[in-house]
This record gives sequence, structure tokens and C-alpha cells, in this order.
Amino acid sequence: MLKVNNLRVGFTSGKRLLAAVDGISFAIAKGETFALLGESGCGKSVTAQGIMRLLPTAGRVLGGSVAMEGENLLALPEADMRAWRGGRMAMIFQEPATSLNPVLTVGQQIGEVLERHLGMTGAAATGRMVELLRQVGIADPERRLNEYPFQFSGGMKQRVMIAIALAGEPELLIADEPTTALDVTVQAQILDLLVRLQAERGMAILLITHDLGVVARMAHRIGVMYAGELVEVASREAFFSQPRHPYTQALFKALPDMSRRGQRLTTIPGQVPSLAAMPTGCRFAERCARVMPVCREQSPVWRDEQSHAVRCHWQEAVVDADVVGVGHEITDLSVSAGKEFLQVADLKVHFPIRKGLLQRTVGHVRAVDGLSLAILPGRTLALVGESGCGKTTVGKALLQLIPPTEGSVLLGGQPLVGLRGARLRSARRHMQMIFQDPFASLNPRLRVGEIIAEGMDALAVVGDARSRRETVAALLAQVGLPEEAIDRYPHEFSGGQRQRIAVARALAVQPSLLICDEPTSALDVSVQAQILNLLKKLQSELGVAYLFITHNFAVVEYLAHDIAVMYLGRIVERGRAEEVLRTPKHPYTQALLSAIPLPRLEGSTAVIRLSGETPSPANPPSGCHFHPRCPHAMDVCRSRYPESVDVTATQRVSCHLLS
Amino acid sequence: MINFQPVVLWSDIFVWLLVLCAVVFALAVRRREHLRQPWVKLAANRIAMASATVLLAFVLIGLFDSLHYRVALEGKPGQKTQYAVEVLSVLDALATPLRTRNEKTYSEPFATRLYAKETVDVPGQGTVREYPRLKYGGKHLAEHEDEVAADAGFTAFRAGALAFLGWLAVAGVVSGVVGHGEAPGTGWQRIWRGETAFAWDAVLVALALMLLVAVPLFWLSGQYHVFGTDKVGQDVLYQILKSVRTGLIIGLVTTLVMLPMAVLLGIVAGYYRGWVDDAIQYIYTVLNSIPGVLLIAAAVLMMQVVIDTNPQWFSTAAERADLRLLALCFILGITSWTGLCRLLRGETLKLRELEYIQAAQAFGVSSWRIIIRHILPNLMHIVIIALVMDFSGLVLAEAVLSYVGIGVDPTMTSFGTMINNARMELGREPVVWWSLTAAFAAMFILVLAANLFADAVRDAFDPRAA
Amino acid sequence: MLAYIVRRLLYALPILLGVNLITFALFFVVNTPDDMARMQLGVKRVTPEAIQKWKAERGYDKPLLLNAEAGGLAVLTETVFFQKSARMFVGDFGRAEDGRDIAREIGNRMGPSLAIALPTFILGLFVTVTFALTLAFFRASAFDFWGVVLCVAMMSISGLFYIIGGQYLISKVWRLVPISGYGGGLEAWRFLILPVLIGVVSGIGSGTRWYRTVFLEEITKDYVRTARAKGVSEAAILFRHVLKNGMTPILTQSVVAIPGLFMGSLIMESFFGIPGLGSYTIEAIQSQDFAIVRSMVFIGAVLYIVALLLTDISYTIVDPRIRLR
Repeated sequence: MLKVNNLRVGFTSGKRLLAAVDGISFAIAKGETFALLGESGCGKSVTAQGIMRLLPTAGRVLGGSVAMEGENLLALPEADMRAWRGGRMAMIFQEPATSLNPVLTVGQQIGEVLERHLGMTGAAATGRMVELLRQVGIADPERRLNEYPFQFSGGMKQRVMIAIALAGEPELLIADEPTTALDVTVQAQILDLLVRLQAERGMAILLITHDLGVVARMAHRIGVMYAGELVEVASREAFFSQPRHPYTQALFKALPDMSRRGQRLTTIPGQVPSLAAMPTGCRFAERCARVMPVCREQSPVWRDEQSHAVRCHWQEAVVDADVVGVGHEITDLSVSAGKEFLQVADLKVHFPIRKGLLQRTVGHVRAVDGLSLAILPGRTLALVGESGCGKTTVGKALLQLIPPTEGSVLLGGQPLVGLRGARLRSARRHMQMIFQDPFASLNPRLRVGEIIAEGMDALAVVGDARSRRETVAALLAQVGLPEEAIDRYPHEFSGGQRQRIAVARALAVQPSLLICDEPTSALDVSVQAQILNLLKKLQSELGVAYLFITHNFAVVEYLAHDIAVMYLGRIVERGRAEEVLRTPKHPYTQALLSAIPLPRLEGSTAVIRLSGETPSPANPPSGCHFHPRCPHAMDVCRSRYPESVDVTATQRVSCHLLS
Repeated sequence: MINFQPVVLWSDIFVWLLVLCAVVFALAVRRREHLRQPWVKLAANRIAMASATVLLAFVLIGLFDSLHYRVALEGKPGQKTQYAVEVLSVLDALATPLRTRNEKTYSEPFATRLYAKETVDVPGQGTVREYPRLKYGGKHLAEHEDEVAADAGFTAFRAGALAFLGWLAVAGVVSGVVGHGEAPGTGWQRIWRGETAFAWDAVLVALALMLLVAVPLFWLSGQYHVFGTDKVGQDVLYQILKSVRTGLIIGLVTTLVMLPMAVLLGIVAGYYRGWVDDAIQYIYTVLNSIPGVLLIAAAVLMMQVVIDTNPQWFSTAAERADLRLLALCFILGITSWTGLCRLLRGETLKLRELEYIQAAQAFGVSSWRIIIRHILPNLMHIVIIALVMDFSGLVLAEAVLSYVGIGVDPTMTSFGTMINNARMELGREPVVWWSLTAAFAAMFILVLAANLFADAVRDAFDPRAA
Repeated sequence: MLAYIVRRLLYALPILLGVNLITFALFFVVNTPDDMARMQLGVKRVTPEAIQKWKAERGYDKPLLLNAEAGGLAVLTETVFFQKSARMFVGDFGRAEDGRDIAREIGNRMGPSLAIALPTFILGLFVTVTFALTLAFFRASAFDFWGVVLCVAMMSISGLFYIIGGQYLISKVWRLVPISGYGGGLEAWRFLILPVLIGVVSGIGSGTRWYRTVFLEEITKDYVRTARAKGVSEAAILFRHVLKNGMTPILTQSVVAIPGLFMGSLIMESFFGIPGLGSYTIEAIQSQDFAIVRSMVFIGAVLYIVALLLTDISYTIVDPRIRLR
């Protein structure tokens, strides 16, 4: 139905025209889902924008054709193209929060499409809108039509976006990272919804994503993009059973997973070449493990075998199992369960809500509400939870960046809460933090050397300038950066390199605990693997403990020794990684685990789907916080918060089912 | 050899302090690559560089007008030297003919006769009412008064030709520098193809235009009053030149005065929050809620009383006018710091939540160190943008305030006082238009150049624009 | 909403008190009442008795901030500060140098002032927003470029030029409307049309340029992309989506412009001889009548605070996300 042929899209940069998408061709049949897979900057979103002709101002379609039902879309005048957009082809975007107009009601935004493409107004349109909202699973649609986007939660906004897209009865739906901004449980809901709608309507879907798990869940056929080109196109079965391009294979191997614990993850060295300096031969050659001389000279041609096309000079089809498998071994046995050195008891962080004439405190946002945990030296505790559960606040409260409202934090037996001045400073030497966004966590105005030395200066670790420079250089070497980096500025480094600098900065004061707040969630899979490897290496070398705050179970599986699962400010289940991952006891943990789309042919079998989304911590549900979403909710759950129960010596669960 | 005594007015100190700051800042920027980057971008912007050239000309005039001295009076030898009451500047010395050759009253540009009829004794005819000849304007023409156009045109042409030659010389030097070490002519070619990192083509074009206008103008001003004369017969061109310094001081010193306060309070309010923030917000809300003109009016009125009741403080009229000018800058500064302060507070509030600030806090870096190392450098672009954006508004505001009577001292030449003095004459027949027109035109050129430059600065410095 | 308004009005009290303290400091601390008396009476021949009389007539003979001699509350109330500023809160502004009641004068002059300021404000907002939307619609075209150039040129022209030029051309050369003056009733429009026109024209440059950047920034937002993906035309995107979202910054900017409006009307009224608050203030400044200037500062501050509050309330109309609490 949709045929893209040799599409080239470029951007003007000064006087030059740089091709972000360089000659890609694919076709989508009716009712089929075609997934474009690739890391950031590979041109997959630009492709979608090119098809819709929604390129930003600097963008230009340089050549090729996009044909839908035989009609060449690129040749249409803009006015005619508008009839296609939103009509026969529709698009949904990554950020539902910003993609809806904040000052128009949901009804107005859907109605616009009905009026534009179906000429529907008045009562007929209202009826249709109600029906659409019901189809995308929004309860009480009559009332919600008159509400504004800010009154909807993230997942609900994405449902509204889908309703808007469906309003014009499209034959093709382009979904640009539709679930990347959502929590796993919500992601599962939205993916289910898309599958159902596709089955009902026979729509074709062009799915753009970086997530192999989502691809496995959704796609019929897959195209892998690298640096503006398609490198592999295959059916789902062929793709997951035998990826053939070295890039695809490397992507799979870079994924962290339980089965890879104790091994080094395969990383893809180097970076995607910049648009301005594309190599003439194979674009992946510089980073490829299978590179041959011919790769650097000529661009490979397509080799097509049984619905599995690949663009590579390398002909061997065998995936040799883990050639680079042996790394530093850390098994759980090698770490002795020593004395806990960080103990947190009943930690509470409440933010007051003020209201009324005198701004009296009328309530609290209970970001963290009675949390206890302990970290052992040299081990990794993963604190897992969805957005809004308070996990980031925990990290900051431990470091006393946010003063805890209640509870105690003991560092090596010494209480931290309420410490001030020099004593707090000396306590902070033992804990440091690595932040999520490598672009916001380094001051752009300071040199890398100054950034790393900052902590040493503040905590008076090293004396004179010379030895300081040596120390900084040693730290950089430790995180795998050259010494020259000292005199350069952060903007000269890529995301992964900047995260390394952040690690070096934290290590500069020789902490025994690193709090890692989603350190890899802003990074691509291949870069994520580099950082995870680095963290593992540092742990084995320095014996540093990690509190790893994340929402990504794959990373947890790979890295963590212990896991604590957080829901709405409290820990609902904790235990050793194997216990929590293999025999989860809390319904929330079970649902979380089952909602993760696995990058395998055979997806998870028993699928538990949670309804709804995390409630606001300002007004948590009575009794067990989880009961409104819990498939096993009982009467007692509505009235009383469950005590935590020891399931094994190490696993503790807070659920009425177990008591 | 003329004896003179240098006079340093307070405003001169500020002007040269500003120059010093600019030089120090430029040296600091040169060394740091990330600080240099926006300037490099700015240097490649043609409009910015053309307007910067124009602004530079104005600044040079202002600087020449900021070196003051008093001439020694001719006294008997052996006596203690007495100095003239009049304070002069280097600019005055350079423009001596313009300053001294005063007519009786109004005369049109390029006129040879006065604007008003006078009763003159003509030998043999008794008293006649006629337009008397000017003392200086067109004197060299003697009897050939009707040849003004031809004479002026010819002079202008000659001067223009000379200006062109001068420009060619400058352009030649520049292309020599640009194409240093290459084949001759390449520098020239590269400039005009726009291949230089610095927008030399724009600078040269602006320079050519300025030279072609300015050189003939000054040449002619030796023989005519090119912009006419005002009520007391003073040359309008001279007044325009003198107004430049006033405008520059108002535009620059004011921001200099308000900057430290706005930056300090803005950052402190945003960083510490809590009661400090409340207090600072209270202060600027109070100041903001008083309409600016009224606050300025009240302050200027009060200052006038102070000045009037303490005449012993000032030895010359220039000093008094100068102090009033500075006081005006301070008052304008106090009324205009709130905007920048609020902007910086908001930005600091955002910055302090950034992760690199939190990382610094996690190391226990002291608050002041965080402010100086992390927050201030990341706010500098806002400060620079505010500096250049405010300039043109302040120059325009001076005119309005002087018109209302709460601007600079009436004895001080400024665009505002020129306009104020001249606007009453619009009612005359025929209209006395030249003074107003010249003042508005000069102000327009200055403000337009400043606005264009400010736009380019904002584009170069604002991270969002990139 | 009501609680919010009440709270804001309560918060206005300390602000007005601060305003009064500043003017008080300017008027009585920088210069003593004696200095002012000397100036008002002419610096040369002033007897101490004359000064005392002048002060007593105007109530400046009390202590400034604290009356140590009085007891109880009178320590605070029997002072110049309290007598002069506290009364302003209840609308008593005292008398001007010529003996006239300031409050009544203000009441009389409010009408003409509003007759100029309101049409200028509303018409100006309409014209600049329209012009800015047009430029945003034709963005990155030659029309847009020259439109911006025109805006920069227009904002580089002194406001005085617009007034003097307009008066000269329209009133003197073309004789379309009277140069200055004011008449009551329906005839007033003949006197108002020129100042309003000039007020609007002089604001076009800066206003258009600012709103254009607001709109251009909105156009890059994600929701505009969504609207395009729906097949909505560019014009509908601008008028339906962008305009409404741009209203918040536009409103904010308008409030910032309100003190400017006041300043504009000062000049405008005195040029056009309109008997409003602006010309009243200018006359007071020129005749150095402190009582009037002080009252006008107070009124100006009250207007500003009210305008701020009105903006906050208008936010709730244009942006459903904003709830005043």
C-alpha cells in the first residue's frame, strides 16, 4: 500500500545540504506493521516526517518517491497533501505531554479532524468523538471531551493522540516512538491498544522505535536503520531468530539481560558518523567487528534471501556465540554479605501543599513515605519503580540534597540527617551521585579537569596543583578517557563520554557508595552497554557499592545483586535479584515484570495487564496504595496498608496476599 | 604653547572605567574558547559588524568628548595662572571653528543670510529691514551669494573623492592583512566573496558610506553651517557632536550602575529562595509598581533641590551639569534594574535545579563558590543581551525625560534638550525645521545601529536561538 | 479565585506602604522640609518665620517618622509620614500648592486620561498582534524580512518624533484635526484621534517584533506539528492554535507595558493639551508641586497592582491550566 522508493531527505546547514536519510526504500502492506529500528540520530524520525511531508523548516526532500495507493505524495501540492495528512494517513508522536494543544479541549482537537476530513460537525461529530474515545479505552468519554489535556495522565494523553489519529479513518498510522515516554505498564496498555485497533481496522502501521522489545511485540516486518540508510530488512521470525547484519547482531548483544550477568556486554566502539563526514564505503565499517578492506571502499549492495534482505559485504550467516564473552566475573558468591554500611529506616520526604488565604499547609505530597533499605559494601542495590514513585527523591534525600522530613539515614553507624557544615561534608565523601542527563550534569563553562577536581577541592582531598592534575588524569584513565580531555569542555564530548566524566567526578572523592540515578536512560543501547560495563569494572576494582535507581528491568537484571521495588513512595518488595526476578511475590512486581516487552521471538507467556496509572502521591489511595490497580485486590486491601512479610531470609513483601 | 589644566569629571571616570572593563573583558574572552564562540558568531554577522562600525564612530566621538581640560587665561607673568571657567574637551578643540563661529540667531543649512529680518544701516539708503549676511556662513563667497549650490557641490565632490581615496587605502590595508602571505589580490577577493570569518565586507561598506557622508560634511562645515544654526546662533552640527557623549553616557553608565545590583540580588534571590527571595521580590515589586517616569521625576526634583541648596560643591557649571547627568544615570539605573533582576532570578531558579549544581552541592561546595563558578558564568549571556538591549531604550528615554524637564541639565547639550529647544519653533513661518531634523536623524542612526547590533548579539548569545 | 484576589489585595498593602516610604524618603530625608520651603518661597529672601508658616500650613511641622513627645499610638500617627501617607490609603491626597483638592482634581482628570489610554492600548494590541501574525504566517520570506527591518527602524525612531511629526503634518499642514485641546462630550473624538493614532503607531515597531518572536517560538512546539499532521491549514494553525497559546506571553508583556502607557500618556497629554492625569503630573513636576507628585506616584502604584491582578485573572481565561489559588 505504501511504497517508499529511494527516499532522500536532507537538512540545510549554512550553505551545505546534509542528507539525514540517504536513499531508503521499503513497502508496507495493508494491515501490516513495519518497524523502523535504529538508535538516535539514524534518521528514522526524519523518514517518517518525510513521508508525511512534515519536515522542519531546514529540511528538504532531496529525491525519491513516496507512493500511497499509487499516488506520489511528494509530487502533490501542499493543499492536496493536507487532505492526506490526518485523513488517509495519520501520525502519533513520542511526547504526548507536548503534542496536544494545552489550551484547547480534547473534543475541539478531535473535532478538528472530523470537520476537516469527514465534514462532520455538531451532534454527529460529538457522537463520533465519544465513540472514538471509547475505542481507545477512555472511561466516561462524554465528560472527558470537554476537558483539557492537562487533566489527563500521560498514558491517557497518548490515547487521546491515538483517537485524534483514528478520527480521520486512516489507512496508514505512523507511530513515532509512541511509548518511549511512558512507563512499562502503560506502554503495555498502549501497545495492546494499537494491536487491537489494527486488527479491527486493518490499518497499516509504520512503527518507529529504538526498543527491540517493542519491535518483538508489535512488528510483522522490521527495517534496521543506521546513519541514514536501511541496513537490514526482515520478517519478524527471521529477524529475531537470525539477525544478519553485524550492527543488528551487536545491538542484540549489547542488551543487558539476566543471562549475561557476570559477562561483559558487547559494545559498539566509536560513534555514528556525523552527517557532514559520511564515509564513502559502508557507513558502519568504522565500528564493525567484521570489517574487511572492501567495506571501506564501496557501499554494500542488498542481498535478498527469503524475505530477509541485508546490506553487508560480510557473507557468513553464523552467529558465533559470544566471542567476547569472558569479562570480569562477578557472581553473587564472590561478594560476601558483609555488614550493612548504609541503613535507611522509615525515611519520609513530604512536600507541603499550600492553599488559601494564608497559604496554610493543607496536605503533603508524600514523595517518599516510610522507606527502609540497607546497602552492603561492594554490592548493587537496584531501586526500581515507575515515574512518580519517588525513587529519585530517595537518592537526593540520602545525600541530604533534599532534607528528609522524617526517618534516619545511618552511614557506617553515624546518623546523617540533620548534619551540617564540615561534618556533613566529611560524611558526603562516602557517597556520591551520578545523574540521569549527561548534558545537564556537567557545567558547560568549566573544563573537564576543573569539573573533576571540584569535589576534590571542596572536600580537600588532594593538595598541590601537580599531583591534582595527575590524580585527575588517573581518574580519566580509569573511566576510559584520554588525558587530553582535562583541558577540553564538556560540549566536545558525546553523551556516553560525558557520562564517563560524571563517573570520574563522583569517583574523585573515593566514595564507597555511588547513587546512580537512571545513568543510562538517556543513552542509546550500545552506549548504555559501555557505561554498564564501566560500572561493573569499577565495582570489581574499587569495591564501590551502587544504589542503582532505574525503571529499566533489563539493566537491573544485568547489574543488581539486590532489588527493591518501589510504588508510590514505599517499597513493596525487596530481596536478592534472583528471588525478585524469578519468584516475584507482590502483584505489582509480577505485573511490572510481565509488562516488559522482551526482545525475543517468543514473548512472555502469562501477561498481566495493569489498568490505570500510578496515582498522585499527593493523594494516595487508602489502604494498600496499589489496590485500585491490583488484579487480586481484596476488601482488606482497601482499608489497611499491609505489613511487610519475610518470604525468605532475604525477600520481604508488603502484601495482604501473603499475610 | 597653551597652558591647560586637565579636568576629570565624574562621568569621565565612568566612561574610561567602562573602556577599561571592556578591554579586560575582551582579554578574558580571548583566552576562553567557549566564551569566544558567540563573539566569533557575531563577528561573522554582516549587519552586526556594519552597525558596530557605525557605533564605533559614535563611541570615538564620545571618547574624544570625555577628555576635559581648562585653558589657562592669559595673565601677567609671575601671577598665579588662572584657568578659564569653561571646561573644554578634546572634541571641542578639534571642532574649534564649529564651536566659536556663532551667528546671531537662526539660519538655515547652507544659508548665507540670517533667518530673521533686521534693521540695518545701509550707507546711502538709511535704515533698511533686510536679512543680514551671516558672519561666517558662506563668507568666502563674498558677492557671489547665488553660487552656494555650485560651490558646495564642488567642494562636496572634492571631499567625496578624497574620502574614496582614503577608503581605498583602508580597504587595501585590510585586504593585505586578510590575504597575508598569499598571492596579491586574494585578500581582496576573499573579502568581497564573504569568505572571511570576520565580516570585513560589511565593515568596509559601512565605512565607505560613513566616510562619503562625513568627510564632505566636515569639509563643508568649515565654510557653511551645514545643519544651520539655532536660536542663539550656534552651529547645529556642533550640538549634534556634543549630544553624542550625553547619549552614550546615559545608555552605558546607567547599565553599569544597575548591573552589580541586579546581578547580585537576582542570583541571591533565585539561589537562596525563602525569606531572602521574598525580601528581594518585595523590593523590586515596590520599585516596579511606581511608574518609572514618576519615580525619576520625584528623584530628579529632589536632586535639583540638593544641587540648588549646595552651590558651593561645584566650581564650574560643567561640573554641576555633569553631576546631574550622573545622578540621572543612577536614578535611571535604580528604576530599570528590576527587569534584569527578575530575569536573572527566574533563570537562577531553573539553574539551581540542574544536575551539575546538585553535583556540586553533593560535594559540599559552598554556596558562594557555586554561585561564582556555576551560576554566574551560565547567566552571563543574559547580562550581555540585557546590556545591549537596554542601550537604545535609554538613549530614547533621555530625549523624552529632557523634554519633560527631568532629564539632563538644560545647559548640557543632548538630543533631548535640542529637541526641546527646537520644537517651539515649529509654529513659525517659515518653519525652523533643521535643528529638529538633525537631532532626530542623528538619534535615529545611533539607535538603529544599536538596535541592529543588539539583535545580532541576542541571536549570537541566546542558546535557544541556536 | 476569591481567596487569591483577597490575598493579592492584602499583599498590595505592604507594597503601597513601601512605595510611600520611598517617596517619603525622597521628599523628606534627602531634603528637609526647610529646604523645600526655601525653594518654594524663593531661595533669596526667606525669614525663618515664613518657613515656619509655610510648614505649618502644609502640616510639615511635625516630626518626620517618630514623634517622641507624643504618647501611645500618637508616636506613630502624629508624624509627617503618617499624616501624609496613611491618608492616601483612604483617598485623601491633601491639597496642591494652589490650594486645590488633589483628590477631586484626579477625579476630574481621570476621564480624559482613560479616553486616550484605553483606545491606544486596545487598538495598539490589535494592530500589533495582527501585524505580527501576518509576519509569522509569511515567516522566512522576503515580506517577513522587510517587515522586521521596518519594525526595527520604527522602534529606533524617538517617540517625540512621532508626536511632533504627526502634529505638524496632520494638524498643521493638512489641518485635519485640531493641534491640541480637549472638548467634552461627543466632540472629544476630534481631539483624541490624533494622540491615539500616534500612540498606536509609535508602539507598532517594538510590539510587532516581540509578538512575532512569541508566535515563531510557539510554531516550533510539538502541538503545532500534531495539528499539521491532522491536515489543518497553516492559517487555521496560526489563528486557532498558536494565537491562543501565545496569549499568555502577550498578556504578560502588556502588563509590563502599562507603566509605559502611563509614561506615554504623560507626554501625549502635555503635547496635545489634554486635561488628564498626565498633563497634571507634568505641570506638577514643572512647578515642583510635591504633594501632587506624591499622590500621582501612589495612584500609579495602585493602578499597576490592579493591572497585575487583572492580568492574573485574564490568564485563567486564556489558559485553562492556570487556577488561581
